[in-house]
Amino acid sequence: MSYPETYKYTKEHEWVHVADGEGTIGITDHAQHELGDIVFVDLPKIGSTVTKGQTFGSVESVKAVSDIYSPISGEVAAINELLGKSPEKLNEDPHGDAWLIKVKLAAPDEINELMSAPDYQKYIGAE
Amino acid sequence: MSVAVSELRRTPLCDVHCSLNAKLVEFGGWHMPVQYAGILQEHNAVRTAVGIFDVSHMGEIEIRGPEAGALVDYVSTNHAAKLKVGQAHYSALLYEHGGFVDDILVHKISDDHFFICVNASNQWKDFEHIAEIRSQRNMKAEVEFTSERYAQLAIQGPKALPVVQRLTETDLSAIKYYWFTDGTVAGFPARIAHTGYTGEDGFEIYIAPDAAQPVWNVILDTGKEFGIQPCGLGARNTLRLEAKMALYGHEITATTNPYEADLAWIVKMEKGPFVGRRALEKAREEGVTRKLVGFEMKGRGIGRDGYEVWIDGTPAGWVTSGGPSPTLNKNIGLCYLPVEKAVPGVEIQVIIRNSPVDAVTVATPFYKRAKA
Repeated sequence: MSYPETYKYTKEHEWVHVADGEGTIGITDHAQHELGDIVFVDLPKIGSTVTKGQTFGSVESVKAVSDIYSPISGEVAAINELLGKSPEKLNEDPHGDAWLIKVKLAAPDEINELMSAPDYQKYIGAE
Repeated sequence: MSVAVSELRRTPLCDVHCSLNAKLVEFGGWHMPVQYAGILQEHNAVRTAVGIFDVSHMGEIEIRGPEAGALVDYVSTNHAAKLKVGQAHYSALLYEHGGFVDDILVHKISDDHFFICVNASNQWKDFEHIAEIRSQRNMKAEVEFTSERYAQLAIQGPKALPVVQRLTETDLSAIKYYWFTDGTVAGFPARIAHTGYTGEDGFEIYIAPDAAQPVWNVILDTGKEFGIQPCGLGARNTLRLEAKMALYGHEITATTNPYEADLAWIVKMEKGPFVGRRALEKAREEGVTRKLVGFEMKGRGIGRDGYEVWIDGTPAGWVTSGGPSPTLNKNIGLCYLPVEKAVPGVEIQVIIRNSPVDAVTVATPFYKRAKA
């Protein structure tokens, strides 16, 4: 699976795509592959705030639970309802339809501290 | 006798797992496959068709001699003297205080030869435990650590019998559940046991390490038309949990006894003295305070191993194993609760990341296969 050049990535294997002051957050293909069959996704409520580097939810696979860390700070504007009914979508389309939340950015500059797609791929290659 | 383990042990099938793109993890000191195609797919293959597991990490201990049976009966809880030649049973090694050293499978090969299959991470401890007791009591039996002589494959699922039957002269339908026989599989000498750790019908075969790769490959090949799937430890865990089979370090530990673990059926007091008996007599007299019980999540979330369990806003116990049940499509688990609460139908809360999530205790096993 390709890692979109327009996304930014974290060492904890989340991605964020910023457009019009809003960041869409998901987990990477590498992350879903490491987790295996995903069976449950726990997301925050709309209107709650997330903080860069802090956990805002969790993804559970058959074998384990994994925290999700926010790549950016802001207010949750939307959550992906699709994942409530079909958490397995996260295995199928982690960079697309299976995004997790959309966040209204509180500090747009934070994005500059994240990895580019090539840097992230280098990072997971070396991990 | 002890062995320093400075690096991960590998089963004779390690290269095969890599070639099958297995995800390998450290488990009890072994480098083991946790999954191949995915835990759900592997789990379902075992419930509906057939799966093959490399369980060569499991340990083997053999006891021989005129007092072999007496020694087995003295170190374990089940009644080995009742076993017929060719029969096996589930049992436990206990400490004097009644806690588990390990849970084991005892096979009676002859009146003076018993073959015991034990957990990978406990095998040296088990061996030393049994050898020590033999020596203290000066019993006429020899305790031998024979793990290096065996690889073990588990072929499990409703199609396990037809797959293995194609590869052996032994009439498998004549081997009753929890019996075994020595024969050949794919031309290699094999101990074929009608046992398993999945809640499904199936066989566990013990072969020489050199035979592991050819036998594994032939079984995979033969099983293709039956939908065989190589399965890892991930599916092994979800399968055994649905069948409510205990896992050492989770349901059973050095600080839990068989009554607490709902394993009274493997304790045979009528057989006479055995290690741990006095502690169990006391436990039975006084009654245990906590007991293992199954639960199902009602709220959103999965109760995992080690999570706290509350009742009416008060800490009441802990989860020993928990996860999704692929067969039932529910989130299930096992937990210890005060004995009066360890019955089906009690409302409990599992503390998941600091939030109480509703669950209810249920009867077990969660899954029971339909008898053929």
